[in-house]
Amino acid sequence: MPEMRESALTGFRTLLYKEVLRFWKVSFQTVMAPVLNALLFLLIFSHVLDRHVTVYGEIAYTSFLLPGLVMMSLLQNAFANSSSSLIQSKITGNIIFVLLPPLSWGEFYAAYVIASVLRGLFVGAGVLLVGLPFVELSFAYPLWILVFALLGGAILGSLGVIAGIWADKFDQLAGFQNFLILPLTMLSGVFYSIHSLPQLWQDVSHANPFFFMIDGFRYGFFGQSDVSPWLSLAVVGVSFVLLAALTLAMLARGYKLRA
Amino acid sequence: MSLPAIRVCAVTKHYGALQALAGVDLEVRQGEFFGLLGPNGAGKTTLISALAGLVRPDGGTLEVMGHNVASDYRNARRALGVVPQELVFDPFFSVRELLRIQSGYFGIRGNDDWIDEILASLDLTAKANVNMRALSGGMKRRVLVAQALVHRPPVIVLDEPTAGVDVELRQGLWAFVRKLNRDGHTIVLTTHYLEEAEALCGRIAMLKAGRVVALDTTDNLLQRFATHSLRVRLAEPAAGVALGGAAGEGGWVDFAFDSYADVESLLARLREAGAGVQEMQLGEPDLERVFVEVMQRA
Repeated sequence: MPEMRESALTGFRTLLYKEVLRFWKVSFQTVMAPVLNALLFLLIFSHVLDRHVTVYGEIAYTSFLLPGLVMMSLLQNAFANSSSSLIQSKITGNIIFVLLPPLSWGEFYAAYVIASVLRGLFVGAGVLLVGLPFVELSFAYPLWILVFALLGGAILGSLGVIAGIWADKFDQLAGFQNFLILPLTMLSGVFYSIHSLPQLWQDVSHANPFFFMIDGFRYGFFGQSDVSPWLSLAVVGVSFVLLAALTLAMLARGYKLRA
Repeated sequence: MSLPAIRVCAVTKHYGALQALAGVDLEVRQGEFFGLLGPNGAGKTTLISALAGLVRPDGGTLEVMGHNVASDYRNARRALGVVPQELVFDPFFSVRELLRIQSGYFGIRGNDDWIDEILASLDLTAKANVNMRALSGGMKRRVLVAQALVHRPPVIVLDEPTAGVDVELRQGLWAFVRKLNRDGHTIVLTTHYLEEAEALCGRIAMLKAGRVVALDTTDNLLQRFATHSLRVRLAEPAAGVALGGAAGEGGWVDFAFDSYADVESLLARLREAGAGVQEMQLGEPDLERVFVEVMQRA
């Protein structure tokens, strides 16, 4: 009889590996394309605004913009990874191959979210690398950069799991993406400091958790931000815990996966 | 007495107003080749899905090799291999990648020797490195069987595996499944091809509207339910009909009877009536008749 090696963590590691391999096999679409999109944003906005706008007193607009673009791309791609993988698997029916094995819902959640974070980090790193030749950028507090990148990716990865499980068709997922994720990221201060907004819109921005992800992430580069990085960390941390709890509760109930 | 391979106790499941399973009790012994038959919507796939943990029953318990599918789901799922009804596949991967990934999901690494053995048995070796999208429907069906076997489950459930499959593949698949059964695997089969179930299954459960309406060995079912038949072509068909036969085309008249012992007296009565027997065919009981009769009675 051929020898087989069994390990408790192999199931989780395999699902994570499969999810990473899935986006890596089509990296032209899943990594390169979003990097190109962000680069186009950077080039267009820098051409139009760089000489006219400074932020936090002396920071050039393009320098301000790049971390925002990095985080926006990271967040959107983390969401896209788990949501698209799950809805494709549900619609084609091959989700059964993940549901039949002895994987726990915790392993299921961790594998999909970590794969999403990894795709987000790949895309974010790509945007940063292609943007750096065009801007002057400092890295004041790298640890803050990393913490917000990881937490932001995990939040959007969790939202992607929720959306992927909830949506029964691509149209519903597109609705979730276009009417919730996209407005929240675009109105989160990626392209501007909220101090440049009227008071009303500053207050509205504070109700948007995405604003705190971008602002905290940007603090890691400049050592300056619209609100305290500790406040951002608290909002982002609590958001992650709540979303993780919600996602795990859905998975534990078998919502739309185990009828 | 050894542990049953599958034990289903009082399992119920509703989908809104529809009662898919209405208190199913069932035991499948280790090493059996067991058939699960029923018309569309009888609850076969729901029952299999509940066994596999894909559906959560409203009530009752299910066990695979003594492991409760809810409270001890890891061991229950390790003991079960399911070949799903739908022809589903992951388009991102090759056959070998898919089988390695499936092994990993079950906690198994270094499974290539067994994967090679399954590929060879299912005549898939030449396609091992081909992407799933490039395979024919029959090949994809074989990969589904391979995926269900990567973790060497003692219990294998095949949910209509030969639906839309050509004769050659069907025969190859049955030869392979028979070998698995001889090697000690318990096989549970659902199919609409009743002649397959009759030829393969030692015991059969028939479901209707979520209930088990018949459960016995295939031989006993054939004995209990099916009547023998005699077809005769008569010079005077009306005389045959007067003796209780059913008239067919071209002078053929069909008679049903319970035992071959009745044939002699029937022929004697036909002779006395001057029916003039010109040709004669005896019909064996078959599972299709049993199925029809059970479904009508239930």
